[in-house]
Amino acid sequence: MPALLLFAFVVLAPSARGVYYAFTDWDGLSRDFSFVGLGNFSDMLGDADARQAVWHTLLIAVAITVVQNAVGLALALGVNSAIRSRNLLRVFLFAPAVVTPIVTAYLWRNLLGPDGAVNSLLGAVGLDSWEQDWLGDPDLALWAVVGVVVWQFAGYSMVIFLAGLQSVPKEIHEAAAMDGAGPVRRFWSVTRPLLAPALTINLMLSIIGGIKLFDQVHALTGGGPGHATDTISTLIYKDAFTLGEFGYSIALAVVLTIIVAVASTGQYLLLSRNEKAAS
Amino acid sequence: MNRYSRRTLALELAMIAAALFVAFPLYVLVNLAVRPSSDTSSPIRPTSSPTLDNFTQAWQQGSLGGALANSLLVTACSVVVVLAVSSLAAYPLARITARWSRGTYLLVLLGLVLPFQLASLPLYQTMRDLGLLGTPWALVLFYSGLQVPFTVFLYVGFLRALPRDFEDAALIDGCTPLQAFRRVVLPMLKPVTVTALVLNTVAVWNDFFTPLLYLSGSAQQTMPVAIAGFVGQYVTDWNLIFAALVISILPVLIVYFLLQRSIINGFAGGLRG
Repeated sequence: MPALLLFAFVVLAPSARGVYYAFTDWDGLSRDFSFVGLGNFSDMLGDADARQAVWHTLLIAVAITVVQNAVGLALALGVNSAIRSRNLLRVFLFAPAVVTPIVTAYLWRNLLGPDGAVNSLLGAVGLDSWEQDWLGDPDLALWAVVGVVVWQFAGYSMVIFLAGLQSVPKEIHEAAAMDGAGPVRRFWSVTRPLLAPALTINLMLSIIGGIKLFDQVHALTGGGPGHATDTISTLIYKDAFTLGEFGYSIALAVVLTIIVAVASTGQYLLLSRNEKAAS
Repeated sequence: MNRYSRRTLALELAMIAAALFVAFPLYVLVNLAVRPSSDTSSPIRPTSSPTLDNFTQAWQQGSLGGALANSLLVTACSVVVVLAVSSLAAYPLARITARWSRGTYLLVLLGLVLPFQLASLPLYQTMRDLGLLGTPWALVLFYSGLQVPFTVFLYVGFLRALPRDFEDAALIDGCTPLQAFRRVVLPMLKPVTVTALVLNTVAVWNDFFTPLLYLSGSAQQTMPVAIAGFVGQYVTDWNLIFAALVISILPVLIVYFLLQRSIINGFAGGLRG
């Protein structure tokens, strides 16, 4: 089957070679390189930049997952109500999700700058004291990156939650209301269990997307200031293409693969158990 | 549920405020893109004497036309190939229950977990040896394989929920399996094909890392790479940069607003996959 050949040629075979290169000192160009065993991985343990990048990656993934899904769910509940503008809002709120991430990131790089629109807006509403160099402050930059990703993709989570909400039959809600359940109680006991599949998809998408995040960091901060926002993905790029350390870079990619695999299988097991318990 | 109460009004206003928050950056984007660089007033103040000069300048200096053509070429070719090969592969994987079929499907699903960073560096070497580096065909080849697992996953999920009766009838009437697929199954696959088309198009069009790698150092560019290069070159002239950003966003948003129903359903459709 052609699909399998293509897949094997561009994904499986190079991935397998990648795992092998992770144990070598390959520089990306020469044919001769030597086997260094676990050398790259022990280097990584001693490399403060790599340890920080792993930490940033996890932090970004968790923050994006929590905030994006909370906002997405709130928007979905809002759009699923009786408000008149619901169809227009749905189209509008989802729009950023189709725009190229690198483009929105460059847009935000300007907005979040010292003379950018965010600071102008804060000044205009009398919050001058909140004005910041959002991307230049090592303590803030990481959260600014998270904010930009959430701004862009909250609408994506919304659309998936909305599909889940619309699969909840109205009759069940009406029956629960008749039995005296308030809106909060109805959400918790009726809607929430039926949203489980949508939640599974959303958590998967946001956590894996968060772990692999590259474009936004590259465009917003380039990993800076210093290494304050470097993630595993930006480090992979820098090590391979500015430092020429392909072997080490691929070892980082192996670590990334392990983190993605652990996160997605762990989440899958946890959520499929919950889905079963809920249904 | 159908009453428009005061609480509904409050909710409506809150949701519109949320939409304004989403729209604010886009307002600034357009506002600065039409502003001459001599105008240094606050970015949130409406531009007093708007001009389109930035757009013509960005279009010419950023060679955005070529990038746009490349993006269209790469996206169209990759998506067509992926949909064709994946739907064909998904059919036996969904219908045959033998052990090899299940094993193959699991192998394909492994591709959902493997981050492309792992494959992209060794593949860089292969592309160079094949002489494809710096050409759009390297990208077409890469995406055609990269997007297979996800697309097969969508098709298999959909096919498994589809009753077999029609195909069985076609087979009894003397169709070969391939004929049964083409004449009977394929027309029923329309909803999932729309989903796969939308998701693959957006993924390929927006990808930045792959063309950054495989096209670097060549004159060929896709839109995201051209934009990144443009920002690097005109780093202080944000009015010009913003015009380039608008040019790159505009085709995407036009298509989105024209086809918003199918596109949103396409994204939500992954849910039932």
